[in-house]
Amino acid sequence: MSDFPWLSVLVALPLVGAFVVPSLRGTTAKQVGLGFSLATLVLSVLVAAQYELDGGMQLTETYEWIPAFGVHFALGVDGLGLLMVLLTTLLVPIVLLAAWREDEVDNPAHVDGNPQGKAHVFVAWALALEALSLAVFLATDVFLFYIVFEATLIPAYFLVGGFGRVGRSAAAVKFLMFQLAGGLVLLVGVIGLYVVSAQAGSPSYLLSDLMALDIDTTAGRWLFATFFIAFAVKAPLFPVHTWLADTTGRATPGTSVLLVCVLDKIGTFGMLRFCLGIFPEASQWATPLVVTLALISIVYGAFVAIGQDDVLRLIGLTSLSHFGFIVLGIFVFSSQGGTGSILYMVNHGLGTAALFLVAGYVIARRGTASIRELGGQEKVTPVIAALLLIGGLATLGLPGLSPFISEFLVIIAAFDYAWYVGAVAVTGIVLAAIYVLWMYQRTMTGPTPERATADEDLSLREGIAVAPLVVALVFLGFYPAPLLDAADPYVGDLMSHVGVTDDPPEVTAPAADHAGDEHAEEGEH
Amino acid sequence: MEFTKPVLAYAEIWPLIAVLGVACLGVLAEALLARPHRHRAQVLLAGTGLVAALVGTVVVGTRLDEVADGAARGVIGGAGSVVVDGPTVFLWALVLVFSLMGLALFAERKVEAGVSVFAGQAAALPGSDAERQAQGLDHTEVYPLMMFAIGGMMLFPASGDLLTMFVALEVLSLPLYLLSGLARRRRLLSQEAALKYFLLGAFSSGFFLYGMALVYGYAGTLDLGGIDLAIRNGSGNTGMLTIGLGLLLVGLLFKVGAVPFHSWTPDVYQGAPTAVTGFMAACTKIAAFGALLRLLYVGFGADRWTWQPVLGVIAVLTMLVGALLAVVQTDVKRMLGYSAVAHTGFLLTGVLGAQAAGDLAVGQVTSLQAVLFYLATYSFATLGAFAVVTLVRDASGEATGLDRWAGLGKRSPLVAGAFAFFLLSMAGIPLTAGFAGKWAVFTVAMSAGAWPVVLVAITSSVIAIFFYVRTIQVMFFSDVAEGTEPAAVSVPSMLTSGTIAVAVLGTLVLGVVPGPLLELAADAGQFIR
Repeated sequence: MSDFPWLSVLVALPLVGAFVVPSLRGTTAKQVGLGFSLATLVLSVLVAAQYELDGGMQLTETYEWIPAFGVHFALGVDGLGLLMVLLTTLLVPIVLLAAWREDEVDNPAHVDGNPQGKAHVFVAWALALEALSLAVFLATDVFLFYIVFEATLIPAYFLVGGFGRVGRSAAAVKFLMFQLAGGLVLLVGVIGLYVVSAQAGSPSYLLSDLMALDIDTTAGRWLFATFFIAFAVKAPLFPVHTWLADTTGRATPGTSVLLVCVLDKIGTFGMLRFCLGIFPEASQWATPLVVTLALISIVYGAFVAIGQDDVLRLIGLTSLSHFGFIVLGIFVFSSQGGTGSILYMVNHGLGTAALFLVAGYVIARRGTASIRELGGQEKVTPVIAALLLIGGLATLGLPGLSPFISEFLVIIAAFDYAWYVGAVAVTGIVLAAIYVLWMYQRTMTGPTPERATADEDLSLREGIAVAPLVVALVFLGFYPAPLLDAADPYVGDLMSHVGVTDDPPEVTAPAADHAGDEHAEEGEH
Repeated sequence: MEFTKPVLAYAEIWPLIAVLGVACLGVLAEALLARPHRHRAQVLLAGTGLVAALVGTVVVGTRLDEVADGAARGVIGGAGSVVVDGPTVFLWALVLVFSLMGLALFAERKVEAGVSVFAGQAAALPGSDAERQAQGLDHTEVYPLMMFAIGGMMLFPASGDLLTMFVALEVLSLPLYLLSGLARRRRLLSQEAALKYFLLGAFSSGFFLYGMALVYGYAGTLDLGGIDLAIRNGSGNTGMLTIGLGLLLVGLLFKVGAVPFHSWTPDVYQGAPTAVTGFMAACTKIAAFGALLRLLYVGFGADRWTWQPVLGVIAVLTMLVGALLAVVQTDVKRMLGYSAVAHTGFLLTGVLGAQAAGDLAVGQVTSLQAVLFYLATYSFATLGAFAVVTLVRDASGEATGLDRWAGLGKRSPLVAGAFAFFLLSMAGIPLTAGFAGKWAVFTVAMSAGAWPVVLVAITSSVIAIFFYVRTIQVMFFSDVAEGTEPAAVSVPSMLTSGTIAVAVLGTLVLGVVPGPLLELAADAGQFIR
């Protein structure tokens, strides 16, 4: 079975679903779509079962694709990729289940009369997005990565533009323009890599070939800049974040989960794999600027979130703050920082997904997302209120829930890097407490308005959708070892790769060396 | 200089002769056949001629002799005036394939309720009784005219000397001027377009002729190989050479629609019958870029440092002006016209990537290969897009106002989906042909060190994406405004739907597996001198 193309099948399965579902209608479409996403989840678990924890690219597949461009269809999975794949395959069925009734007529969230009976379209685009996202996390050829990276925008655009609240069409265009602009900047870098690779001999886009390439310092820094800008738009990072809140504010909560919790991870994923992997020297050179931007994102995102009136915009902006933490962890160049960032990517996905979906439940009942008009919900729907609180507490990093660990690691790494960087980052946690708890207080407590008294509490379907998230948040909060096992070898490899061309920052040297040594020993066996 | 025996090489140039011969037969058929039989006979004749020429091109392509130690293949025929080499064969094949698709659009009669899309009687004044009497008539002369134009398009990139190039330019242009004025609906607009095209085209031909004379004055020959030799020997008045080259470029850049010689493009694209626009947008661009490449690489390759900066500036202007002006268009055909201008700029970016063979790594994409490939990808998308435009209609003919297209995606998801796919390809979204093409031309320009032009190209792509996406948004996410009659999709015959299907397939296949066609373009090798 070792030759079985596991990863290709993993990518192909949801894609097949995306082609099958449009021919179905209504509930059948939803059931078949859910079936495909669950099958994908099972397949990804099987892939994880075969993954060996000692790091490196595994289950690799390489086929020639466009010889004239030096392009291969090459897939592989490493610790980082595996976690992202599992996060994606977990979230998609959850979103499909949570959005089960999105297309139905009596849903008051869609005051503009959301097109009815379009469930099959939503499910098909969601599955297409899943397939392309998986391909992004598995691609080991830069050209292939670029293609699927851009292709994810098409389902995302139709998800934002086709479903959601008034103004979604304009939001979809803004989203697409930002992403495509970032993507075209990346195209310059991808083309530049071809030129560099052609100058070094024969042109190739394989990640392994490119990582071995000795890129001239100036060229490397320019190319790094193109990659970084594209990923910063995607992540998003200040100052190219402005599409984020507009998009989450207009899209359905389910779409927002797919965008923020899966698609945006491509940004930070790309920084780790491509910026640090191909341009280690330039990454270190850019550290001061990137760290500054990350800190601004943390603080600014939190402040803007506090001022929001729209729940979905608020949750979107908290992500700006969180992506600031992730980027900070990546660019302080230490084992704790790297591991913390990868854990953060997973935990943020779980926590924010819970928050978005539960907020969506509330909005579906009350027909408004305005914090000012909500209130008193905890008396009529106590279970939903409790779930919102759990999602919120996870987001603000309460110990015992999994985001705490990753946030803690990143902040330690930040203090190691420089005390003032750590000090600024810590304010993000304080501000998070404000925006989460204040939002909870205004939406859930207080007098219950007349028209909300008949609201039903959590339904079974809604409960099943968020239960895995809550369980994961609590379980990984007490026992993060599975995540650490997957992330540690990867970070070790990465740090030694980065350390090859330049000394790591002095304060983090022991940790980085330690991880590097481990890797070296394994290499000798 | 080695003495070459004047060879005609009929075996190699016969596809060209076949096309021109069929055009003459078409004229005869027009004179001899009774009116009711003409349409069917003409379509059959033209179709057979094109297919025969296409088969002939493929056969010729597989049999070309290697010259210059295998770096190129081909033969100089027609007593030195027609060069059949790898790039020529490639361009011929492209012209013929897209002409066949264009022919299908010409022959479509179902969308106009049983008559063709061309004027019943072009000489009748618009709005007069004569015009009303001509309602049920067809101008079947369009097929011979089209064949003559195709003959000129095939000769244009194959010209071995400037005189042949000029003759080819005229042979391809004159029928197009006429065809542009033959729309059945909105005839004044169509006639205006034809007149503009003709006047400006005549001026540009004059420039070309003047440039030719000056270059002759410098080199003492009109032969492209001879000009190259004269430049390498470096004798004579270089001022004359530079001005001559500049004037020649004016003539050619007019044909490809580069800024500042682009102003005819939107008017003619809008006014001409849409079938003609599609045919012209695809095939003229292929032919004219073929000629431009041959002129610059063969005739003036040694003078690269003179024309590269000029062409760089023109490419930058063309991309920016095309993209920016397309943003403010409210008519789909004009929007596609300006988008064609922007794509000319992208193609010129590829032309800038010319490098000496020694500077390239083994297997690296060459400039010629990139431009040839881009022409194929662009033509599929643009011809397909115009084919869709012919279908979106109301009672008074094609509805080309963008506001009329609102909600088309809900009413006719297939047609709107195909149009969106073509737009995505033009925008250069991955997994469509347009992306592979863009990647190729940008890469060769970057390899040749023209990175500022590539940066502008990327910027223009961002701008261009805006109007492509806006069109998609209007089709899929907008509702028709109050008081606007929405356009509906007419059900076409197999001719148009087949053309659209082939274009979708071509755009998809070249996007997912561009390898084979790129290999073919690489195998075409270099121009021979």
